[in-house]
Amino acid sequence: MMKVLTANRLADGIAVWLGANGQWLESIDAALIARHAEAVDALDDAGKSAFNNNVVVDIALIDVTEIDSEIYPIRLRERIRASGPTIRTDLGKQAEFRQATAA
Amino acid sequence: MYRYDEFDHDFVHQRVGQYRDQVERRLSGEIAEDAFKPLRLMNGVYLQLHAYMLRVAIPYGTLNGKQMRRLARIARDYDKGYGHFTTRQNIQYNWPKLSDTPDILDELAEVEMHAIQTSGNCIRNVSADHFAGAAADEVADPRPYAEILRQWSSNHPEYSFLPRKFKIAVTGAERDRAAIQVHDIGLHLKRNEAGELGFAVYVGGGQGRTPIIAKKIRNFLPEADLLSYTTAIMRVYNLHGRRDNKYKARIKILVNETGKYEFSRQVEAEWQNLKETVLKLPEYDLAAIAAYFAPPQLQDRPEGWGLIAAGKKNDSGFASWVHQNVTPHRHPDYSVVTISLKPIGGIPGDASDTQMEVVAELAEKFGHDEIRVSHEQNLVLPHVAMADLENVYRALLEAGLATANAGLVTDIIACPGLDYCALANARAIPVAQEISERFDSLERQRAIGELKIKISGCINACGHHHVGHIGILGVEKKGAELYQVTLGGSGDEQTSIGQIIGRGFEPEKITDAVETIVETYMGLRQNPDETFLEAYRRVGPAPFKEALYGEKFKAA
Repeated sequence: MMKVLTANRLADGIAVWLGANGQWLESIDAALIARHAEAVDALDDAGKSAFNNNVVVDIALIDVTEIDSEIYPIRLRERIRASGPTIRTDLGKQAEFRQATAA
Repeated sequence: MYRYDEFDHDFVHQRVGQYRDQVERRLSGEIAEDAFKPLRLMNGVYLQLHAYMLRVAIPYGTLNGKQMRRLARIARDYDKGYGHFTTRQNIQYNWPKLSDTPDILDELAEVEMHAIQTSGNCIRNVSADHFAGAAADEVADPRPYAEILRQWSSNHPEYSFLPRKFKIAVTGAERDRAAIQVHDIGLHLKRNEAGELGFAVYVGGGQGRTPIIAKKIRNFLPEADLLSYTTAIMRVYNLHGRRDNKYKARIKILVNETGKYEFSRQVEAEWQNLKETVLKLPEYDLAAIAAYFAPPQLQDRPEGWGLIAAGKKNDSGFASWVHQNVTPHRHPDYSVVTISLKPIGGIPGDASDTQMEVVAELAEKFGHDEIRVSHEQNLVLPHVAMADLENVYRALLEAGLATANAGLVTDIIACPGLDYCALANARAIPVAQEISERFDSLERQRAIGELKIKISGCINACGHHHVGHIGILGVEKKGAELYQVTLGGSGDEQTSIGQIIGRGFEPEKITDAVETIVETYMGLRQNPDETFLEAYRRVGPAPFKEALYGEKFKAA
């Protein structure tokens, strides 16, 4: 199962995902996808390091798939985190970066 | 309403100062998350799906115009222009930055508000009848006692590390509008035969994953003994409450496992050591606190009767709103106004910054500067002259706040659910919206009559689904949302826990299921005055099961 690393940024709590360049991104679109066990371990290590360095909190590896080259979290919870509230499409990532993909 | 004294101001400002220092040290890396998390929670700051969430206490749901204006300003300046009024009479902001939260708490402190004890295993915001001090059926105002409990329990070292969170509710009328029997402690303020004030005391009620109706352990507790007796309950709980299992740590489990009589015996024994101590409330203290809640000087306004009649005749919308959202006041020329935060298809409990300001202005201009938040996620203007009702209605209408549905099928309670909450398993708000739209016809709603739908997005039951006439619980099953339906719950003086009616419904089928239940009720009620709850209690679940599941039910 493919995975990406997500967390919330310490200072403002905004949901973020770890990108290929090692930066924490506000959109899931360019998140680094771990496609095998070693890559998952590397993501896990990166998350622990960022947590210990007080960059992010509440880190989690989440299951994703790719649909038409877009990253699509498996769980609804994570799709809503990646998009924003389904009942307020004027808020959250969907309003800032992308069309709603949840629901 | 209560006003802070010098001690209160000093305490809250000091607390903000401490918190500001804690946040600064967290952001600089001096404090680790594990150490900081309980500190932020003690100040009402949670981390949810999209961002932090700040829960602000509104003691017993009472606030004034200035405070409401400040809540509006915080929504505008620090959040995304709205707030969410909750089932514990509080308000939540969904998008604050951690780095802004000390400033927000400073803003709140300026208007005598805070977020202390809106989280954690402590005594939470004491809730009360939202019509307190105004309702025609009230024996006495419960808020002075709620305020005494608030002061006593705030920062109380003995209650800062309870086995689990602890919720107290107080009502002062026979009609229970505060759901006291599903609280850890429920207090029913009443008079004895001698005319003295005291409380029927209920203990061990609650919802969550183990819904239990509270047991009455005292029929009449003199008001002077409020704190000594509550302390005795808390001590028995603190000593014997389960700390080994989070899911068995609430007092309801202790009372249930110990048994009502043995638990009561332990409380009485503890109380014997406390009742004649400093905890006995002196009359002058009771009077001093009660003075803060002295009813406003209401001038006679008899012209309102004629104005109302004329207004209703001229405008059917106004007539419907008066019929549904206006409740008798103890003064015959006045009314209690419920401001519905349930527009058709809207988000239950949400109010924009401008809507909050409209409510503040109406309270100041027409409502003796008082506002209430109800546990049903509406706002209330408790003292409005009937002569001013039409002006209030016109202003509410313009602000999108005049939905005439209080107590009807579209007046739905819903928790934030999976759209915001990190604990949720399913969404609650979209379900409420779809049901609201399905029943959008006011004529149909009024034909159905009183019907309370309550929706939770997880078993923690913040949406009070266990006591919904129709309760809906969202769960996650095989990675998808599924909605279980309970029927026959009620959170009033005849509290009952709803019964699960059968297998759950997929998101696209839940509104149909609710409609089937409603139509079944309409078909079997004895007359239009028999409410859904009365009809359900008369006939039981069978006709509803048959309507929902048909032959499968019969086969089972």
